[in-house]
Amino acid sequence: MKEPVKLKDKDFVPFKEEKPNSSRAVVYYDKKSNEMGKRPSRKEKVRAEKLTFYYGTKQALQNINLDIIANEVTALIGPSGCGKTTFLRIINRMNDLISGSKVEGNVFIDGDDIYHPDVDVVELRRRVGLVFQQPNPFPKTIYENVAYGPRIHGIRKKAYLDEIVEESLKQAALWDEVKDRLKDSALSLSGGQQQRLCIARVLAVRPEVLLMDEPTSALDPVATQRIEDLIGTLAANYTIIIVTHNMQQAARISDTTAFFLLGEMVEQGKTSQIFTRPRDRRTEEYITGRFG
Amino acid sequence: MVNIKENSIKYIFLLSGLLSIFILLGIFYLLFSNSYPALRDVGIKAFFSRGYWNPTAYSVPQYSILNLIKGTFMVGAGSLLFVVPLGVACAAYLAEVAAPREREIFKPVIEILAGIPSVVLGFFGLVVVAPLLSRIFGLPNGINALNGSILVGIMALPTVISLAEDAISAVPQEYRHASLALGATRWQTLKNVTVPAALSGILAASLLGMGRAIGETITVLMATGNALADPSSFLDSVRTLSANIAIEMGEVPRGSLHFHSLFVVGLVLFLITFIVNLLADIIFNRYREGV
Ligand SMILES: Nc1ncnc2c1ncn2[C@@H]1O[C@H](COP(=O)(O)OP(=O)(O)O)[C@@H](O)[C@H]1O
Ligand SMILES: [Mg+2]
Repeated sequence: MKEPVKLKDKDFVPFKEEKPNSSRAVVYYDKKSNEMGKRPSRKEKVRAEKLTFYYGTKQALQNINLDIIANEVTALIGPSGCGKTTFLRIINRMNDLISGSKVEGNVFIDGDDIYHPDVDVVELRRRVGLVFQQPNPFPKTIYENVAYGPRIHGIRKKAYLDEIVEESLKQAALWDEVKDRLKDSALSLSGGQQQRLCIARVLAVRPEVLLMDEPTSALDPVATQRIEDLIGTLAANYTIIIVTHNMQQAARISDTTAFFLLGEMVEQGKTSQIFTRPRDRRTEEYITGRFG
Repeated sequence: MVNIKENSIKYIFLLSGLLSIFILLGIFYLLFSNSYPALRDVGIKAFFSRGYWNPTAYSVPQYSILNLIKGTFMVGAGSLLFVVPLGVACAAYLAEVAAPREREIFKPVIEILAGIPSVVLGFFGLVVVAPLLSRIFGLPNGINALNGSILVGIMALPTVISLAEDAISAVPQEYRHASLALGATRWQTLKNVTVPAALSGILAASLLGMGRAIGETITVLMATGNALADPSSFLDSVRTLSANIAIEMGEVPRGSLHFHSLFVVGLVLFLITFIVNLLADIIFNRYREGV
């Protein structure tokens, strides 16, 4: 982050090889047991420090302190309007687009302040991918949707693009369904396929952090299941932050859960702990209220 | 009670729809019935074979409208050549880049441009654009197809800008956000996502602009020199279908063969504009489905 880097063809290393100093790589531990202890080090990837956010004069986040660990799935839960989306969009600076918005405090990725004036926002957004709540593929072909990111980051060679498109679609578990119809319109896909295409489109620029804003809220149970499975496999290579309305989903797929309420982060902990022994009364009320 | 109101509103819309179809057919019938004597006596072929337009010649009158069609298309296509890039650039600027304040200034200016009487534009062509062209190209005068194209372009510009702006504004915000979130700049997003997604509307806007340009009469009449010869370049004087009708209709004896053959010219003009507009419609609907 210290010096903005322009990407060239050579910076896009095919997935098979590993980027020299990549922080993502190995699956450290058994997901089901949630045993953090087996992990050699729990390196933090994203850190929010005393983060406060305003839409004009309206305060949406208040003094958030939150650590997000590399190669984990972190779930953000909380009632509607508590600031989950706002927090997510601060991490890749999509909130810059909203005029009159203001950030106080700090957000660090790999220890670098992402709101430092020298930061190249384009490069930041490449490193921190965002999957939206509603699937939003471009009205282009399936191939062009995935190739879009690499293209704007300067990749021109057809063979290279082909490889990136195939690898990304495979990672997003969509390749087998679309490999014979890459030239078809992305809008001809089902909702669940469109969302996986959007995930592939983000993966194609080789992000390090993957932000997902209620990615299954517009999908049916079968498509939801596929995306949840996908998130499980992606965690090996990416740091994932997922906003979800659905607490069962948070419990199923995340390692860590953070509970937001009225713009504050009430409690963060291992998912198993949050859902069985919440420390804060408000967390307990929210969880039990929902589970009935 | 509500039902009666709903129904009557429905019928009013239906009626006005039917009325416009009726008027369209009526105009077509008027043109065709008045063209018929000429088509019968001169023959369709005479209008479309090589030669000149000269129905009043002493020896052998000629009825070929090929040069007129060519002149019409030169002025129309020539204007598109600079209206489309300029119009789309303006529209993209207004829709995507301009601050609300700038938009408040530009939009009325463009509307005023649309409101300039065509005669006034014709004057502008005669005293400003034509001398400029004659200087640039070293011609005795600048009264030619290029001059006509420029003026008609100025006339079509507001239509193209406002329709193209509608098309660009109608592109869902989600596409822009998806692009920006991938690390695209605003410019890359505009060029690679927004404008392509609005392409159908932009093409339709351009064709409608062209439809307007083709029928435009008085400005063209003042600006192009109205020569009947076969134009070999944009620096030649041309006469368009519409200018031809306007020039001759006032002096032609009612009911003469010449009179009726002017209706044939009108009929051809009508068909050309109709086809161009139809094309605009088809493109608009085709591309709206996506990709
Ligand atoms: N663009 C905006 N302008 C003003 N207020 C906003 C905007 N987006 C969200 N908000 C407000 O900020 C608060 C947090 O919203 P959001 O982050 O979307 O919540 P969540 O995703 O948890 O439902 C809400 O009160 C919402 O109304
Ligand atoms: Mg939200």
